[in-house]
Parts: sequence; structure tokens; C-alpha cells
Amino acid sequence: MSAWNRVCALDEIAPLGSRVVASHHGDIAIFRTDRDTVFALHDKCPHKGGPLSQGIVHGDTVTCPLHGWKLGLADGQAVAPDKGCSKPFAVKIDGGEVWLRLD
Amino acid sequence: MKKQKLVVVGNGMAGIRAVEELLKLAPDLYDITVFGSEPHPNYNRILLSPVLAGEMTIQDIILNPLQWYADHDITLYTGKTITKIDRVKRTVSTSDGFEETYDRLLLATGSTPFIPPIPGKDLPGVISYRDIRDTDEMISAASDYQHAVVIGGGLLGLEAANGLALRGMNVTVVHLAPWLMERQLDRVAAGMLQKSLEAKGLNFLLEKSTEALIRGEAGRVSAIRFKDGLEIPADLVVVAAGIRPNTTLAESAKLYCNKGIVVNDTMQTYDPRIYAVGECVAHRGIAYGLVAPLFEQAKVCANHLANFGIARYTGSVTSTKLKVTGIDLFSAGNFMGGEGTDEIVLNDPSGGVYKKLVLKNDTLVGAVLYGDTADGAWYFQMVREAKNVNEIRDHLMFGQSAVGDVGHAGESKAASLPDTAEVCGCNGVCKGTIVKAIKSQGLFTLDEVRKHTKASSSCGSCTGLVEQILASTVGGAYTPAQSKDKAVCGCTDHSHGTVRAAIRERHFLTIAQVMKEMEWKTPNGCASCRPALNYYLISTWPGEAKDDPQSRFINERAHANIQKDGTYSVVPRMWGGLTTPAELRAIADVAEKYQVPTVKMTGGARVDLLGIKKDDLPKVWADLGQAGMVSGHAYGKSIRTVKTCVGAEHCRFGTQKSMSMGVQLEEMLFGMWSPHKVKLAVSGCPRNCAEAGIKDVGVIGVDSGYEIYVAGNGGIKTEVAQFLCKVKTDEEVKEYSGAFLQLYREEGFYLERTCHYVERVGLDHVKAAVLGDAGKRRELYERLLFALQDYEDPWTEAVAKPAVRREYQTIVLKEVSGVTA
Repeated sequence: MSAWNRVCALDEIAPLGSRVVASHHGDIAIFRTDRDTVFALHDKCPHKGGPLSQGIVHGDTVTCPLHGWKLGLADGQAVAPDKGCSKPFAVKIDGGEVWLRLD
Repeated sequence: MKKQKLVVVGNGMAGIRAVEELLKLAPDLYDITVFGSEPHPNYNRILLSPVLAGEMTIQDIILNPLQWYADHDITLYTGKTITKIDRVKRTVSTSDGFEETYDRLLLATGSTPFIPPIPGKDLPGVISYRDIRDTDEMISAASDYQHAVVIGGGLLGLEAANGLALRGMNVTVVHLAPWLMERQLDRVAAGMLQKSLEAKGLNFLLEKSTEALIRGEAGRVSAIRFKDGLEIPADLVVVAAGIRPNTTLAESAKLYCNKGIVVNDTMQTYDPRIYAVGECVAHRGIAYGLVAPLFEQAKVCANHLANFGIARYTGSVTSTKLKVTGIDLFSAGNFMGGEGTDEIVLNDPSGGVYKKLVLKNDTLVGAVLYGDTADGAWYFQMVREAKNVNEIRDHLMFGQSAVGDVGHAGESKAASLPDTAEVCGCNGVCKGTIVKAIKSQGLFTLDEVRKHTKASSSCGSCTGLVEQILASTVGGAYTPAQSKDKAVCGCTDHSHGTVRAAIRERHFLTIAQVMKEMEWKTPNGCASCRPALNYYLISTWPGEAKDDPQSRFINERAHANIQKDGTYSVVPRMWGGLTTPAELRAIADVAEKYQVPTVKMTGGARVDLLGIKKDDLPKVWADLGQAGMVSGHAYGKSIRTVKTCVGAEHCRFGTQKSMSMGVQLEEMLFGMWSPHKVKLAVSGCPRNCAEAGIKDVGVIGVDSGYEIYVAGNGGIKTEVAQFLCKVKTDEEVKEYSGAFLQLYREEGFYLERTCHYVERVGLDHVKAAVLGDAGKRRELYERLLFALQDYEDPWTEAVAKPAVRREYQTIVLKEVSGVTA
């Protein structure tokens, strides 16, 4: 099991916003909901590779900016009837800071 | 608390739709038990015709498989007919003594075929056309026998006849009335229909009254004899002479019935515990036989069963489509005309097109379309909304051009398209794919088709075509969406109009406030409603409501245009399309410094730098800013560009200084957010080199001043701008076009272009507001200027403010290697 990596302070992500993290897995999108929970997904829509980090966050879902696919933030699964998945990563908030684990 | 018991008698489309609607509103309120006489789960009765025609199988038309009932904890009894209701003990029972109690009862017993009292009607081989059993019997008769007679030339009769003919039978349709489908068509359209069906091999005997069905040697029907003595062979007789609401059960329970089970506007019968929906019902004296009204009833009924108590059913205007492959036919409302009505008719017999519109007091009350039904949904909507059509009366017949100009090879006749024809050019969806999805997924609305197939979900150009395909596949079940009252999105039931009005009247200032006060169903909306709300707030309360970047589409949040690979394009503003060597040099330097892969001119005649990484955007802007350039807003629902011709400054034909006028307009409108993008053009003479005729606001210089045109569009649907007024001075051009744009900003629905806005409200409304009253025009214009006064260039802001700049920065992880506990 790999280690937790510090990403940034929670304040550096807008509520209902996101940030992009460059990693050896490629870009990872970190999302913050309005309840101050955070999620991380591979920043690539399963449809046509759109950058999910640039989408609009609502509830526990993000809408891809390219063609409007909706993906669940927790599991990266596309909302039906679309089918596909973007890889989720473990992410947590500790002491007001966001931490990411690259499995 | 123990759940209440809801018993549904009738496992058909209306009853189960009511249950589905109920589950959406109150999934845990009831223990639900459903009784159905037929041995099948709920299936799509409308699609029995394609099954008969051999285009589908029974399995294809099942709407709710047994698993659905199990998944929702619904107890289903198939093949069990309820024969008795005890309203005192609150039980229903079958003839074999099976009993079930209820707290609330929903009757959805449907209808029974009307069989005229003809001698021989009970002979083997004489059937009605109502359910899977009838369909199976017809299919097997088609393989054993040759001669079929269909009694009744209505919708159902013709579909049966068509199906039997396709299965190789020699089919004759017998009809009492002088023309086919007399309840849906006038004589001319019916004549054209008959001709097309004759070409498919069907025979017709009109104005024929049946005397008897003759028994053959084998005991089966063998012939049919008419009152005029004519006798023709018939091994199969399908009686499709109409349906009657099935009220037997209700009447036996002494529920008040009159042409159906009588219900009020909440779908409640005379017994408050008993509701009824579907073909068995008489609402305000009308029993409906098409599916669309039944679905509306189901929705209202579910609302009351769920104890919401706010929905009312007030009746339906119905429309008809014949589901015979290759025949385009549509009718709605009062299509026969009569006292006090006018008819507008287009009749082209050899072209196979006939259209009749019936008007009364400047409203459209009915329509019949044959051969070209592209505008059926549009006409139907006007009939239902009783919209005043005085203003468009002269071109009403030519339709809405509901189908866009491009993307589907110019096709507008859905029924005649082959399955392989590409309907949606954006998403590459063929007709066959759409039809298959509609049938196999049980889709009934445009939204559902969009979700499942993506057809018409991008540019929307093919919407009219997809609607036609939907209508011709599901026939009477299709209800076109009512744009006026359509909910903003799935997060709310409120329409754009209601939301806009509430924001103004109740002085809402934040998205959270709107969602709370207007009871949004989702915690923070979705990608459709949030940008709309944000726009409505900042346009209604400029200076008070705060812009919410997280509720803007990425382009407006990042102030650049996202491309398919996630990079961005940057378009520096060039006022009126004018530039200088210094600016061009700065652009060239930026393009080289940041290795911009593509540089091109945009449609609005500005320079586009494509393929810039998001991290580089603030640096690019800073460099361009050094040269005095600001954001060109080529990405937003906002002012885009003012295109100009050279005009009187240089051109030997120019009558007005179009460049200077264009610069003034573009400067005035800098930073203007709007419901959708806004493009302007100024031409210096009527040769119109700036193409002002297809712009949201087009200004054309003439010797004596300027002509202002509005609501043009050069996109999906080419719309020629309409003449608004003629003015003399530059200042007037700014005031009149500014007032028009402010009216659009205040009244337009989000993502509604000016052409759609003006179509919705009417040019007369616009003229009244902008031209009718100088004081009002001045106020509109001043409100526009007030809204734009403090606008800050987003590029400068992004460069200067660290908090904003963060949006553009990728975080580089200092990856920790090793293992943790």
C-alpha cells in the first residue's frame, strides 16, 4: 500500500470546485463538494477523454465539460444510461489539508 | 408505522404508469398489489401493430418485466380477474374466491372492443384486436388462411390490415363511413391515405354495412355478406369498430359511471378511496383512447396517491399518428373546421402532400398533415396552448422549419427515411438506432430518446426529425414537450419563466436561496440549472447578486474556450474587427513563445490562438495585456463580436461609417452576459458585406441613417433577421439596439438565442417595448448601461489576483515513496 501525499490546503479548492494534480498516473482531479468532502478521479472522462476537473460539480456528481456525461465522484461510474468508469483514488482531509494516495 | 395497502386493478399501461409515477414521489408509502387479467407483465399495447407486422416480437414490447415488480416489492397477480369490489369491507375478489383488502384502490381496467351485434360474430375466426392473444391469433391465421376482412377503417383497423397484408394475407377493409379514419382525418387526407394503402395491396369497401358473417363447412367463418347483397370470402374477420370503457367492475360496485368511470380532476371516483385512470375513465365527459392523456392522468393520480395533493388533470387535446411504415400522417384538434373557422390548405396530390390548418379567432384549433408532418409537433403545441397566431398567420402554413438546415442531409420526412439514414449528424445516430431504442427501451419522450441514443442532444438541429420518428413509432403515446412550461431540468418542476419571475418578484440574490425557496429536489442543482440560475440572478440584480464561478460552464470560469483535448483557445478582443501592427506583433510573439499550434481567423473575424495549456493562460493574457488587449469573450454566453465592413471610411459605396459604429457598439457591450451568445454586425450600405442579416442585432447603413434588424441567426437554423426600426444617429443605434438586448437579457430563457426568444414572445412584443414608449426604451437602455458599468476585464483580474490565478495552476505532487502502516 502506497503512502498518503499532501495535495494542498482544503481552502485552496473552491467549494463545488476542483484542482488538477499531476502524478505518475497522469492528471488526477480532486473535487470538493459543498459539504466539504473531497473525491479524486482520474482526470479523463470514459466517453472521449474530457478533463473532468473542468466540469461542474453538483451533489456527489461531476458533469464532463465536453459532452455532458455525468460521473459519480465516489466510484467514477457514469450515470445511466451512459456506461463507463473513471478510476477513483483514495483521498482524505486531515487537519484542513487534502491528502491523496496513489494506489 | 404499518404501510397502507394500495391495490391496482389492471396491469396495463395506465395503471402501471401511475404506479411508476407514485414510486418516484413516495417509494415507501404503500404495499402495492397489482391484478391483471392477462397472463403477461405490463407491455406496450401500442406496439402490437409492429408485432403483427412482424417487425417486433412480444418480448420486445414488455415495458415492465417481472423483475421490475419484484425489485419494487410489488405483488403481481397475472391471469387473475377481479370481479367484485366490496367498498364497505374494502376488499376486491376474484370469481374463484381470492380476496385482497385495500386502503386505496386504483381502477385501470382499460377498455373492451366494441363488437356490433352482427349474426355470426361469435364464430371461430372472428376476433377483435386488443391484446397479445388477439395478435397471436391473427399471426397464426395468417399462416393458415388467405382471406382477411377488417371491419372498421379507423386507426386500429388500418394497422391491423397493414400487418395482416405484410404477413401475406389478402386483406379487405370494410368501413361504414364515407372515408377512412373519419374521426382523425378529413376527406382529402383520407383519400390520399387510401391511395397509399391500396398501393401496399390493401382493398377497401367504404360505406358498406355488414349484414352477416357466414359459417363455413369447418365451422369457421368463411365469408362476409353486406346489406347490398355483396358477399366476399373471409377466413379471418377482425372487428375494429371502436372501444368502450370497461366499467363492468365499477358498475357492479355501484360506482357512478357515465360513458366511463366518472372521476374528478384529481382522478378520484365518487368513492374517495377509489381512484381510476386510463381508458376506463370518463373525465369531464370524455373517455380517452390514446396513451398520451392516460399518462397525464397517471401522473396526476400518483400525485394524489402520494398525498401531495397539488396536481390537477384538466383534459387533453389529442393528436394522432398512424403507425404504418412509410406513411406520414398527423392530425390534431378540430381538423374539420365548421362555423366560425377559417381553413388554410395546401394540396399537392401528385407530390403526395396535403396540409390543412383550421383557425378560429386567430388561434390554431386543428391540423391535418399528410405526406409532410415535420411541423406536426409545432402545430400541436400551438393548438394546446391556444396561442394567438395573428402575427405569423401569413407564413403559418410553411411551418416552423422545426428541422434545422444542416446535419441530416436536408431530410425532413421521417417516415420515408431508411433505417440507415443518419438523423443526428453530431452524434452519428441513424434512424434505425433511434427506432430500436424507442421500441426496446420503451421510450415515450424526446428527453428519453436523447438520453439513450444521444440523438438531437448536441446542437438540436434534428430535434424535429427525432420527434417525428418518435411520433411515428409510438403513435398516440407521443406528447411533444411544451417548451413554455417545461421544467428547467430534473432538479425542479418549475419552468424557466416561473424561476425568472420569482427571482425578480421575490428579490432572490443567491442560488442557494432560489433552490431553498423554490424547493429544488437536489442539494445543489446540476450542470443545467446552476448556470441558468447564476445568469438569471446577475442579470436581474446587477451589482447585488454575486457571480458564482462554480456555476458557470468551464469556458466562462476559465475565460477561454475548452477544446476537445482539454487545451484552450484564446481570442483577444479587436474592437469592431480593427487591429494594429503592434497588436498583431504581440499576438505573433505570444503564438511563438507559447508554441501555439494553430492560429486562425474565427467566424466573427478575430484571431484565434488554439491549443494553449490551461496553466499557460494567465501568462498568455499577461503578455497580450501588455499590448493593451483584453478578453474577446469568444467563449461565453455573452457579447461575442461586432463584425463590420469597411464602410464610408474607405469604401466607395459606403453610406455610413460602419467601422466606427461597430467599435462603439462593441465597446458599449463589453462584458455583457446574456442568455446565449450574442453576435452583431454593422454594414455600411445595403450590400451588407458584414452579413448583418443573420445576426442577433444587424445594423445596415443607408444614406438617411441606419436600419436595425434583430433576431437573425446563421447557425443550425438559418434565420433572417427581422426589421425592427430605422434611426438616424449613432447614439440612436446604441440606444435602440441596447434596449432590445436588455429586453432579451431580462426576458430570455437561458440558452435561448434571440431568434428563439423573439419567436416565443413575438416581434410585436419587442416592438411595443423598444419602439412603443420612448421612456421605457430609455429605461431599458439605462439598465443595460448600469449592468455593464463596473465590468472588469477577466484577463486582468486573473493575472492580478492570486486566488483567481490558482484556478489555472496544476498541483505537482511531491510523491512520497515507500510504504505506510
